[in-house]
Amino acid sequence: MTDTAAAPRVHPQRKLDHLVYVLRANPVTLLAFVMFALIVLSAIFGPALIPYDPLATNAARALQPPSWDHWFGTDNVGRDVFSRVIVATRLDLSISVAAVALSFVVGSILGSAAGYWGGWIDNILNRILDTIMAFPLFVLAMGIVAALGNTIENIIYATAIINVPFYARLVRAEVNIRRDAGFVRAAKLAGNSDARVLAMHIFPNALPPMMVQVSLNLGWAILNAAGLSFIGLGVRPPTPEWGIMVAEGANFIVSGEWWMALFPGLWLMMAVFTFNLLGDGLRDLVDPRKRT
Amino acid sequence: MQTHTYPRLRAVLLRVAQAIPVVIGVVIISFLLTRALPGDPAVFFAGAAADEASIAEIRVALGLDKPLIQQFFIYVGDLLQGDLGQSISSGQPVASDLANRLPASLELTLTALVLSCGIAIPLGILAATRPGSWVDHLCRVLVTAGVSLPTFFTGIVLIYVFYYLLGIAPSPIGRLDFIYLDPDRVTGFYLIDAALMGDWETWIGAAKQLVLPAITLALFTLAPIARMTRAAMLTALSSDFIRTARAAGLSNRKILYGYAFRNALLPVITTLGMVFSFALGANVLVEKVFAWPGIGSYAVEALVVSDYAAVQGFVLAMALLFVALNLAIDLLYTVIDPRIGFAAK
Amino acid sequence: MLSVQDLAVSFKTRRGDVAAVRGISFDLAKGEILGVVGESGSGKSVTSYALMRILDAGGAITAGDITYSGLDLRRAAERDMRDIRGREISMIFQNPRAALNPIRKVGHQIEDVLRQHGRATRYDARAQAISALEAVRINDAEARYDAYPFELSGGMCQRIVCAIALACDPRLLIADEPTTGLDITTQKAVMDLMRDLIRAREMSSILITHDLGLAAQYCDRIVVMKDGVIVEQGDPVQIFAQPQHAYTRKLVDATPRAGESIRSLLPPEDRRDLVDHMVQDAPLLDVRNLVKTYQGKSGPVHAVRDISFVIKQGQSVGLVGESGCGKSTTSEILVRLMDATDGEILFDGDDIAAIPAKGFAKNPRRSDIQMVFQDATDSLNPRHTARHTIGEPLRQLGKLKGPALTARIEELATLVGLPLPLLDRFPHQLSGGQKARVGIARAIALEPRFLILDEPTAALDVSIQAVVLNLLVDLRAKLGMSYLFVSHDLHVVRLLCDHVIVMKDGQIIEQGPASVVMNNPQDAYTKALLAAAPKPPARRQSA
Repeated sequence: MTDTAAAPRVHPQRKLDHLVYVLRANPVTLLAFVMFALIVLSAIFGPALIPYDPLATNAARALQPPSWDHWFGTDNVGRDVFSRVIVATRLDLSISVAAVALSFVVGSILGSAAGYWGGWIDNILNRILDTIMAFPLFVLAMGIVAALGNTIENIIYATAIINVPFYARLVRAEVNIRRDAGFVRAAKLAGNSDARVLAMHIFPNALPPMMVQVSLNLGWAILNAAGLSFIGLGVRPPTPEWGIMVAEGANFIVSGEWWMALFPGLWLMMAVFTFNLLGDGLRDLVDPRKRT
Repeated sequence: MQTHTYPRLRAVLLRVAQAIPVVIGVVIISFLLTRALPGDPAVFFAGAAADEASIAEIRVALGLDKPLIQQFFIYVGDLLQGDLGQSISSGQPVASDLANRLPASLELTLTALVLSCGIAIPLGILAATRPGSWVDHLCRVLVTAGVSLPTFFTGIVLIYVFYYLLGIAPSPIGRLDFIYLDPDRVTGFYLIDAALMGDWETWIGAAKQLVLPAITLALFTLAPIARMTRAAMLTALSSDFIRTARAAGLSNRKILYGYAFRNALLPVITTLGMVFSFALGANVLVEKVFAWPGIGSYAVEALVVSDYAAVQGFVLAMALLFVALNLAIDLLYTVIDPRIGFAAK
Repeated sequence: MLSVQDLAVSFKTRRGDVAAVRGISFDLAKGEILGVVGESGSGKSVTSYALMRILDAGGAITAGDITYSGLDLRRAAERDMRDIRGREISMIFQNPRAALNPIRKVGHQIEDVLRQHGRATRYDARAQAISALEAVRINDAEARYDAYPFELSGGMCQRIVCAIALACDPRLLIADEPTTGLDITTQKAVMDLMRDLIRAREMSSILITHDLGLAAQYCDRIVVMKDGVIVEQGDPVQIFAQPQHAYTRKLVDATPRAGESIRSLLPPEDRRDLVDHMVQDAPLLDVRNLVKTYQGKSGPVHAVRDISFVIKQGQSVGLVGESGCGKSTTSEILVRLMDATDGEILFDGDDIAAIPAKGFAKNPRRSDIQMVFQDATDSLNPRHTARHTIGEPLRQLGKLKGPALTARIEELATLVGLPLPLLDRFPHQLSGGQKARVGIARAIALEPRFLILDEPTAALDVSIQAVVLNLLVDLRAKLGMSYLFVSHDLHVVRLLCDHVIVMKDGQIIEQGPASVVMNNPQDAYTKALLAAAPKPPARRQSA
């Protein structure tokens, strides 16, 4: 065994090969990718394709069960449930994407600084994160939206705030374990400044676990936003939104009109399920050993 | 033994002391939340039907004419006396409203957690010891599906199936059907109070009401616990010390429970803190769906009528409850892990 | 006593079955200590797990027989195997701290084994466990009974693992790299203890190790494994004097020993003439009264206590000591990644200790002082290709770009013997030796005048260590660098360095010319270090 023994051959499209390999080995992840594409497409083109105006009421056709005309039935004021469910995709998705993006950026900056320099920055950040985490997170989001006012922006801010600790802690841990790694010390010897070492050498190595977290968090952010509107915070009727639609449908479930709550609920579940599957799939892609 | 007691005790005290800044932080945030109301908080606190005079009155009563720092100390002073303000919807002090309704929430949450731990931990262990088997696959599906379920939706589906379609569940309203009398209040937990009275009919009535909401909440918390148990067991089982134990000829039972599980328990207990956070949040939604008279539905009702003192009181109460739970978890951890209290190297 | 016939073991992986052991046969006599020697991936550990039938999930014995005292171990029921493990055959592992249950008192862990095999009852278990601790020469066994593994040193943990293994008086002890990761004096203590116990109890033993010298010192017979097959077996003296197989010859050559040149580590056909390096009298680096104290959890820690030494231009200085002696702290300060608490570092007469480590990246001296790191894997950014890594200092400090950069990178790769096609690979696609070459190329990219080598071969197999050490010697002659070679391995230091500094507890306890310190040590600690190093038997007379 000499040290010039051949290592595996390098293909230019190695990463793509690996992706194809993982997808083939795990059809569930492939399914998640397909569902993700469907969700994104319906968020973009949905409003243009739906059969009915999601806000148009029609008292004559109220509370009709699913049929060829109304795939998901109609609600108590005669609006088409299918159209409303599809239109809501864009709103729910935008809320969660905006919230997750915000917390990703803020959490990365705070976590990197705390993990790399440690000391008082780390102490203060930890105190703040501890305080945020000391609240049951959904309850804190409720409090924030109640205090800041009942708007969609505030739902985004509240969801972002309760997500920040996850990113900040993850990045902090990832940066911290690499702070004294050989390649980081070598980068300093090569004349890189601290900020450059952090941005160019350490942070990119923390990205793969971050992407897994992003995917899992997107699902959680959708659940959170829908939960808030379910209890009457944030999005207001008659705007189509999954949480509100389930809340409205809940009043009719005890009298047997199941479709009003079931379809938006199922759609919501599918969306969250997709992001969770995607997160698990990404985890496999990033590190097959961490499969749980 | 002598050498162990002292640092362990110090670790416990240190952990209790660490809760203090967190509590202070929680109080500051909830104060800021009450003062961050857009526009004039007095208008909000006065409610929709208030006129100029009563708004001004409330402003003085709340101390809103004073500087922020002074307001904070008044707020803290009130808190120390257990004063969270008046609820406009119930007309009662918020603190007493919360105290009355807290046992209902705790009974629901704790039942759900016991239920989910009881299922999730054995499931996680089974999945970890038989990787690739049907238990393992079931665990994976449950775990991913479980975290994807919106609690309020699960609750509604369960009501539809078990109440409307099958008719085996009682009407999903409150803790006890009208035909029963509330048991005498000792702990506020109906199951315990009814048992103390020896009134088993009421006990069964209360248990029936509890089943669906508890299952709803348990389904939501099942996933993170099962996932963590499985992962922690897999890590523990692949550790070097398990190989030592196998090479020493220890029985499978001893290896699995005496060695692997006790080590795997540590990360699982840590996860429990996060699970509590989820459970307390989801609790609000479940209470609304099942019209459960706990503090969650109290807060939701208060939100509808813009009863902000009640909402903020609820947020603070939940946070303090959660801090206490986390403290309990960490102390439990200290008992199990001998390494706590020694400088980690 | 133990007979292994045509044993084959394979593992199921994503890419199909991989044969780890491919038909090996050996016998073990009663009272014999057998050494199984091989480099990483040779299948030596897997063999031992197969004997105990404790292969990891996915691993299975695919062919062959294992017979122990007439018992067929391959086909024995799991229940019977459990009785045999710990009572008839015991095993101890590398990384003793991880081998113990971290949250169970060590005394209880011994009791578990005793009670499992019916050697103790609830009433006398404690007394028996304490006597098992005493048997492995643990002082104050009574108090250690209540200790948790994290409270004990690595050497102490290995004694506990021995106590667990020997508690039920097994007749065969398998030791899998029992001293890897332990300091050399601890290694000697643990090995001596094991040998004494094995002899006293008339047990047989299998010692699995990568260190041919260690095996030669403690074993009656040696089996050399490579790629899952046995290439040679025989008694140690014979293996060293007349190795039959080419691979054994290479291993014997690569095992460092006293009184030879560094070229003799290589196979004879690779031994080019050694070009002497020039040592000048002018000091390059003059370290005066260096002190490093930092705040620990329980009071200040004195990592380096007032050390002074000089490195002349072109000189190679070895810095030797066991873990915790302050050698790594010293090298971190010299390379200006860490600030000293007190003292001066005169580099060409300028005090570089006065420049804070934080701002040293912008100092013109930065390119004069470079370092090769201990773990080649850890020191390469996993997301950068070899080309990117080697080019990093050239871009940042050398301000090279475009074709000039490419040309210089390729020149460096050629200099360190890294084939050019490998430049576009990522670290995980390179072997250990290749990664070491990338790290060296990066360190010498700016032609530093002073290079710190922090155990550059500690993570490498001996045959690769031999190649890398020779590369370093050639580079020194070619580029005229001064080296500070930090190591725990005295033999290696002797081969490479002109001057040796021995550190202990943050202080220099002895320094002087390498030949003087090695052949005629003055300090008791230096003597102990030298005595603890394994002494391989004489080697064949090479042509």
